[in-house]
Amino acid sequence: MIEFDGLGHSYGDRRVLSGVTLRLPERRVAFVGANGSGKSTLARTINGLVHPTEGRALVDGLDPARDGRAVRRRVGFVFSNPDSQIVMPTAGEDVAFSLRRTTLSKKERAARAAELLAEFGLDGYADHPAHYLSGGQKQLLALCAMLVTEPDVLVCDEPTTLLDLRNKRQFVHRLEALRQQVVLVTHDLDLLERFDRVIVLDEGHVVADDRPEPALRHYRKLVG
Amino acid sequence: MTGYQPGTSPLHRAPTGVKFVGMLVIATGVFVLSAPTWVGGVCLLVLAGYAVARLPLRYCWRVSRSLALIALLLFAVQWWLVSLDAAWLVSLRLVAAVGVANLFTATTRVDDVVSSIERAAAPLRRFGVRPDRLGLLAGLTMQAVSTLSLIAGQVREAAKARGADRSVIAFAVPFLVRTLRHADDLGEALAARGEDDRA
Repeated sequence: MIEFDGLGHSYGDRRVLSGVTLRLPERRVAFVGANGSGKSTLARTINGLVHPTEGRALVDGLDPARDGRAVRRRVGFVFSNPDSQIVMPTAGEDVAFSLRRTTLSKKERAARAAELLAEFGLDGYADHPAHYLSGGQKQLLALCAMLVTEPDVLVCDEPTTLLDLRNKRQFVHRLEALRQQVVLVTHDLDLLERFDRVIVLDEGHVVADDRPEPALRHYRKLVG
Repeated sequence: MTGYQPGTSPLHRAPTGVKFVGMLVIATGVFVLSAPTWVGGVCLLVLAGYAVARLPLRYCWRVSRSLALIALLLFAVQWWLVSLDAAWLVSLRLVAAVGVANLFTATTRVDDVVSSIERAAAPLRRFGVRPDRLGLLAGLTMQAVSTLSLIAGQVREAAKARGADRSVIAFAVPFLVRTLRHADDLGEALAARGEDDRA
């Protein structure tokens, strides 16, 4: 389970998060908020990409700032720009890359990658140059690259920002079907209908924490 | 250098280490040879390699077009500045060296290069070298070629849209900024995939 305990963070003099205390046992949790509200920073503390300057984040009792390696085995992270996440030239190699620290042989890694790509509708793309896939396919590839390690939690930071409506829906449909706990940071409010919990952030503070409908009502009122 | 072209030819199936050494021998060998006819012979050998690799014609056309452009430019400059013989020698050397390097990347998966480097560097572990880091470095370097060309294409397109297609600054500044930004993002993505963690 993910927990935030009095978490605060500053970039130099700029304070972006203050006193965030939350426990997230739900399967589908979303953070919404205006640009600069601190939601991406909060998401990054979950797998230790950002170390909070105050308080702490915990994943299954582990502090990502101290036990980064163990936490990153449990938590996968999908960024908004899929191009930035592609490490290897072809789709198959990129997914298999996530498994290179496992005991699987190269053949097994490639087979596992091909299997997952097929599951996500990217069969036949294993040898395709990853950067030349469509935006939607690239984001699905980024998702595959994370899921191949079978994490317990998937954190997605505005993963649909660069996608058209059709790809957005397809991506969220894929997220909904996952067995993993999903923490989604987004501006796409209409994608959150089926989420269990929506947390609204404003200037680094939690200002609403509820089921999607009341939380989003609050958020809409907040942004006018 | 262009990316991997899937295939099942003998060159695709050849061990990565053998291909790598072959590429090194050819690429350095052409700089030892001083007769244009000999270097021309090496060019024919590289050309035969493309035939053996059974690379798609469209791909070969794209590669030879870009390479011919650079070679012609170099040929003209060398002829003007030095001599006709020097122009032949230098441009044929370039064709052979770039051609063989391209043949290597077209028939070898980056993943195979990474694994081979990791294997070859394993004995250096006792001296504090981390083979996985060396392999990753090589993989990212090869990958950077296609990433940077993608960024360059997008920046050039954006400059053209604003009527600044001839401005060096309109290309160089956003290209540099986007490249640095990409490096930051890639670092973060690698960390998220556990690459920052000591094995």
